[in-house]
Amino acid sequence: MATVPAEYALALAAVLFALGLTGVLVRRNMIYVLMSIEVMLNAAGLAFIAAGYRWAEPDGQVMFVFILTLAAAEVSVALAVIFRFFHRTGTLDLDKVGSLKG
Amino acid sequence: MNGLFYIASAIAVIATFRALTGSNAVHSLLYLTVSLLASAAIFYSLGAHYIAALEAIIYAGAVMVLFLFVVMMLSYGPGQETEEKRITRPGTWAGPAVLAAILLFELVYVLIGTDLVPEDAAAHGPKAVGIALFGPYLIGVELASVLLLVGLLGAYHIGRK
Repeated sequence: MATVPAEYALALAAVLFALGLTGVLVRRNMIYVLMSIEVMLNAAGLAFIAAGYRWAEPDGQVMFVFILTLAAAEVSVALAVIFRFFHRTGTLDLDKVGSLKG
Repeated sequence: MNGLFYIASAIAVIATFRALTGSNAVHSLLYLTVSLLASAAIFYSLGAHYIAALEAIIYAGAVMVLFLFVVMMLSYGPGQETEEKRITRPGTWAGPAVLAAILLFELVYVLIGTDLVPEDAAAHGPKAVGIALFGPYLIGVELASVLLLVGLLGAYHIGRK
């Protein structure tokens, strides 16, 4: 049974990270920007898993658990901010985020 | 295990691209859920069984449900009454359904093939990860608990009326 080369997993992580970065740079909807950040975090975790797979160590999976915790805390706070912003301005346009005061 | 990795990575890239280029938030969230499930299959093929389960439960389950709740509560955009009629059309959910069906075939393929579970040294079960988590990484676990508590309080404080 042949195994997957770790370079392929790293290349897949790079492709997913580039997709997420493009989404952050291009989209102006706050929901989509948050989804792109989630994709980038997932790609970073995939790189850690690939490294742990390459050296046959469980440390990569430990790092993914930490990334998962960070993503859960970040998405809850960011969605609360989006909720407040929409109820104040009635839009999700990221270019108008400068009007959110206090 | 090779084919599992390649098919799941193709599904992940396609679903992520479709999720980030869509215009309807609910459709994009469906595609993103399929992408995260494909990531779980990738982790399984790389020998990280515990992380595959965590990805399916926390990312594709909890975080995506959080996204969906907020998108439903916002209910932005015109034409809310025609939205229900449009979302039940077959064309809107055919793409995620096809990608999820391929993932289902992979799951059945893994379950019926007993020699497909990676037995090599690269596979680490929950026991090795747990020993590493509560051994050299104990301070990281404590910091993660503090981070989750701060996230809970921050989300409550920001989101209250």
